[in-house]
Order: sequence, then structure tokens, then C-alpha cells
Amino acid sequence: MSINPAWYLSLSIVLFAIGALGVLVRRNVLIMFMCVELMLNASNLAFVTFARTLHDIGGQVLVFFVLVVAAAEVVVGLGIVVAIFRRRANADADDLHLMKG
Amino acid sequence: MLHLTYLIILLPLVGFGVQLVAGRRLGDPAAGVVATGFIGASFLVSIGVYLALLQVNAPVRTYSQDLWTWIPVDQLQVHAGLFVDPLSMTMVLFITGISTLIHLYSIGYMKGDKDYPKFFLYMNLFVASMLILVLGSNLLVTFVGWEGVGTCSYWLVSFWFTRDSAASAGKKAFVYNRIGDVGFLLAIFLVFINVHSLEYSTIFANLDKISSGTITAICLLLLVGVMGKSAQIPLFPWLADAMEGPTPVSALIHAATMVTAGVYLLCRINPLLHASPTAALTIAIVGAATAFMAATIACAQQDIKKVLAYSTVSQLGYMFLAIGCGAYTAAIFLMVAHAFFKGLLFLGAGSVIHGLHDEQDLKRMGNLRAYMPITFITFAIGWLCIAAVPPFSGFWAKGDVLDNTWAAHPALWVVGIITAAMTAYYMSRLTGLAFFGKDRWADDDNHVELDAAHAHHGDGATSEPHESPWIMTVPLWILAFFAAIAGVMALSGSRFSLASWVDPVFGTNLFNPELSSAAMWTLAIVDGTVAVVFVCIGVVLWTKRSERPGLEVAFLRRSWYINELYDTLFGRPSTRFAAFCADVIDPKVIDGAVNGIAGAFRGSGSLLRRTQTGYVRNYVLGITLGTVLVLGFMLTRMWWG
Repeated sequence: MSINPAWYLSLSIVLFAIGALGVLVRRNVLIMFMCVELMLNASNLAFVTFARTLHDIGGQVLVFFVLVVAAAEVVVGLGIVVAIFRRRANADADDLHLMKG
Repeated sequence: MLHLTYLIILLPLVGFGVQLVAGRRLGDPAAGVVATGFIGASFLVSIGVYLALLQVNAPVRTYSQDLWTWIPVDQLQVHAGLFVDPLSMTMVLFITGISTLIHLYSIGYMKGDKDYPKFFLYMNLFVASMLILVLGSNLLVTFVGWEGVGTCSYWLVSFWFTRDSAASAGKKAFVYNRIGDVGFLLAIFLVFINVHSLEYSTIFANLDKISSGTITAICLLLLVGVMGKSAQIPLFPWLADAMEGPTPVSALIHAATMVTAGVYLLCRINPLLHASPTAALTIAIVGAATAFMAATIACAQQDIKKVLAYSTVSQLGYMFLAIGCGAYTAAIFLMVAHAFFKGLLFLGAGSVIHGLHDEQDLKRMGNLRAYMPITFITFAIGWLCIAAVPPFSGFWAKGDVLDNTWAAHPALWVVGIITAAMTAYYMSRLTGLAFFGKDRWADDDNHVELDAAHAHHGDGATSEPHESPWIMTVPLWILAFFAAIAGVMALSGSRFSLASWVDPVFGTNLFNPELSSAAMWTLAIVDGTVAVVFVCIGVVLWTKRSERPGLEVAFLRRSWYINELYDTLFGRPSTRFAAFCADVIDPKVIDGAVNGIAGAFRGSGSLLRRTQTGYVRNYVLGITLGTVLVLGFMLTRMWWG
């Protein structure tokens, strides 16, 4: 028995939308960071789905790339978040607007 | 020996390099001796090449040396080539010979100058450039030499550049020559468009492919070029100002060699002139007018070098007149004779100036024959030569020019003979004022202040005049000897006959074949009588008295107000235009454009910086919207495309 790939894609879209919305509306840097991860994994899900449906190993290979990049990004990103927490009481993204033009 | 031709140019060039590297260390007088040595060596090589050229059988007598391909661009193949034929050989011989003598003289004349090595550096470079000019086998190599001599002339005229008059005289010479060079360059372009080559031999071989109108245009453009270099109307006033340079420079560059480059170039392109009677007539008229005008000015000048300068302009006019009449041999003959006697006169004048501690005012000289006997005797030979008194060389040279003019254009002959009379008169005036009469160099009452303060190595102006050292008188003697006997080149059939030597180049004789021998004798007697009569008039008028205001009218003293005319026509409008550019165009147009561009960027920047809020969510929104837009575009393309 196999599940219709449309379900997986729908889940991927929902997850991606939640992630994008989270980045847009939340102010806590840590939450925004998690939302970015959510978007990445949503796209991973879509890749795997298409790889299975189209019998193309390329999609799965790409997932590994995304995972590796995401891991690297987590290292850098969390490092920045920790640095922010050390300097100030909260991690409100709106407070970090020194680059204002 | 012929293959050593390149050494003729290389030796002065090496001399220049030596002066450049070690000139200061060699100092006074070693630098001068070394420089003279290199030019002398070049002269010896020239003699060797000349002897080798004599071995080549008569009608050919040419030798080309292709050193390397200088500009290989598609059709434009320019070779750094040398071309030796009787014409260029004649030039090379008298250039190197006279240069050697003048270098020798300069060792004495420039003694004690603080820029002594620099003088010889420029002089060596000048000789090298002049030799490139005459030996070049195509128009472009000639042009390199042409510009080289122009540059050296500029450096040497403004040699004492701390003097304002010398600095501006150098600039004047440079600008006048630049005007002429435009014509030269345009002529080169025109030749290349029509023949696709700049080699003289190729040009002459393809003459029938050029339309006669184009040939006239080329000749007239070249005439503009040589007007600048050879100081013809209307580009002649720079030569008088060029007398600000040291006197050996005036002798070498502004009498014997550089200013004759124009005459050489016109002789070199004689097949073109043959094909264009219009251009030839123009050259003859320009030459006659210049000869006449400059002679009238020379009659009233008070500075000894200015008289000689205008006399040079006048003699160059004679050479142009001869070329315009097709008498190239006569032009070359006069050029060589003139190089001897005018070089001699300038060196004699330099000796006088040296002996009088930088006094150039004729009215402050007088009776110098008692103090400077050698200078007087040699100068007198030069005087009789240029005055065309038989049997000195000037008589033969000028006589040949006038004979040919009589045969071609009798009207211009009248101008020529009047000019010859004036030449005899003003040179006698000069000699009378300088060497005869009372000693006036100590008087202060008739002292007329000249423009320039000539004080480069003066040590008190009132001490007695003295004869120059041997190193300056030896060149005087040698030049006087050659100036006196150069007439033998006119003897047809002799070993020294100039006509049979340069005949392969021109195909014309020294004497015009249309003239009967009776006519020639009559003309010779007329020339000789005019010369002797006007020499007597000049001597009678100017040996006893030094002031004759009636004969020195302001119109002639101020050289026909030609400088004032050019100043009004070109100088002041240019100054006004420059002021307009500085006051209006620069602040309004140029600054306006620059500031306007800067302002536009500043304005757009201050508008765009509002998008940089610093809030991450704004940026994310931008990214999201962008993604949606791109995706939307792609989807619509998918559905409707």
C-alpha cells in the first residue's frame, strides 16, 4: 500500500508556510532560527517525495546536502544567538537594528 | 664602408648617452672634448661612406640600409631605413663637418657655464636627430628626426631659461614649429592614403597613381611644414627670437643645419614638385617674399645676432626661390655655401660677444678690428661671401639662384636682385658698426638697453675687448677657408663639381640650359656690380657714423610689426578665449557636470536608504514577496505561455 504523494507535498507546504510565517512575525531570534530550520526540512520532505515519485536518486542526494548545510548553519547561527544572549537580556530581533541605513 | 652608414647616426647618439650618464662627472672641459670627439668620429665615418659611395658607378650611386621593421601593421610597413644618395651624403658631410667645428668652438665659448655638460648633451642629441632627418629612407623616419631637431632647438634656445626672454623664445620656436608640423603630418597621411607606403622610392615610383590635384595638396601641406622649420612667411618670427640661445646654437641650428631641413625636404621630394607647377610657383613666391621682407628688417636691427637671424631667413628665402624655379642644385649649393659663411658669421659674432663680455648691441661696438684681428679677418671673409662679392662663394651660389630665377620667373628675379643689394648693404652696415669707426663699447651716453640682460658669464662690462682663445679661432679659420673657396663647387667639370655629383638625384644642372652664355655673363656682371656698389654704400654710410635714424625706421626695427599683428590676430583672441574657458566654461559647464552627477547620486542614495530599516522581518518580507513574485511569474508562464 502506498500513500498518495500529494499528502506529503501538502504537509511540506504547510510546514514551509508555518516556518515562513514564523520568521516573519516572531521577534525572538531563537524562534526565528527554529522556523528557518522548519522551512529547510519542509523542502527536504518535498525533495524526498519527488525522489520517490520520479524514481530519481538526485532528490535524496540533495537532501543530504541540505542537511549538511543546515548543520553548519546551526553551528554558526546558535553561536551568534548565544553571543546575543550574553550581551543583552533578551534576543529580540527588532532591537538589533544597528545596520539601519 | 657603406654598411657602416648607421654609425654616422649612432656615434652622436652614443655621445648623447655618455653625456647623459657621465656628463656631470666629466665636467668642464672634458665633457665638451668627449662630445666633440664623438661628432668628429661621425664626420670621419661620413668621409669613409662618401669615398665608398664614389666607388659606386655614376648613375646609381645610392645605398639603402634597412635596419629593422619599425611599424609592421597590415598595409603600414614602416622600416627604420637609411638612404644614402648624393643629396643626403652632401647634407651629412656638411652637417657633421660644421657640427664638429662648432662643438670645438663651444668648448671655449661655453667655458664656465654652470650647465656646461648639459649644453653638449643637447648638442649631441641635436646632431643625431639632424642625421636621422637627412638619412631617413621614408617620410616617417624623416619626421622623427624633424621632431628631434625641433625639440633640441627648444631646449637650446631656452638654455638660459632663468631669463624670461629665453624661456618664452623657446616656447615661441616650439609653437611655430608645431603649426608647421600639422602640415607635415597631414601630408604624410595623404601620401599613405594614396600610395600605401611612406618610402621615398615607392612614392616616386607610384607618382602616376596619384591625381595631380592630390600631388599639389601634398606639396602645399609639406610647404606648411617646411615654412615652420625653415622660417618662411608667415611662420618666420620665431627665428629672430631664437637668438636668445647661446651663439654656437644660433650658428649650428639656426643658420647652418636645422633651418635648412625644410630646403632638404623639398629637394628630397623633387619628383612631386616636378609634377605640380602650382606648388612650385607657390614655393618660389613664398621664398622671394620672405627673402625680401627679412632683408628689409635686417637693415634696421641693432642686435648683432638679430641682423644675422633675419639674414638667415632671407637666405633661406633664396633657397626656396631656387627650389620653386626647379633649380634644386642651386638651392643645395647655396645651402652648403650658406652653412659655411653663416656659420662663420655667427661664430664671429659669438667671438665678438665673448670678447665684449656679452654685449650684443651693435651701437656699443666699433673699432673692434684693432682689438680682435683674427675675428675681424675671418668675419670680413664671411661678410664678403654673403654680400656676394666675387670671387667668394656667395657670389657663385647666389648668382646661380638668380640665373635660374631669371630663366623661370623674371619678375621674381627683380625681387631677388633687390634683396641681394640689401644683403650687401646690411652686412656692410653690421661690419662697419662692429669693426670700424670709434670705440663705443665704453660710452654710456648712447647705450640703448636691449631686451635681455645678457649676463651668463660677464665679469664687468667696461674692461677692454680681447681676442678669443685659439679653440674658438681655429674653427673660424677653417670655416673662413671653406666659405671663401666653396665657389669651386660651381665649376662644371671639376672634381668638386656639385652639379655632376647631385645630378642623379635631380636630373638638372646647376645652370639653366635655356640661358645663353651671353645672358649668363650679363647676369653675373649685374650681380657682381650690385654687390660691390652696395657694399661700398654700406661701408661709406656706417663706418664713420653709428646713428642714422632716417635709415632705421621703426617699421623695420619692429620687423613690420609682424609680432604685434600676430598678437592682435591670434594671441589676444586666444587669451580671451582662454579667459572665457577659465571664467565661464570651467565653473559652469565642467564643474556643473561634475557636481550635478555627484548631487544626483546623493539624492537617489538618501531616497534608497529608507528601505534599509535594520529590522530583519522587513528584509524577510522582501525576500518572501520577491519569491512569490518570481514563482507567480513562472506559474503564469506555465499556464498561458
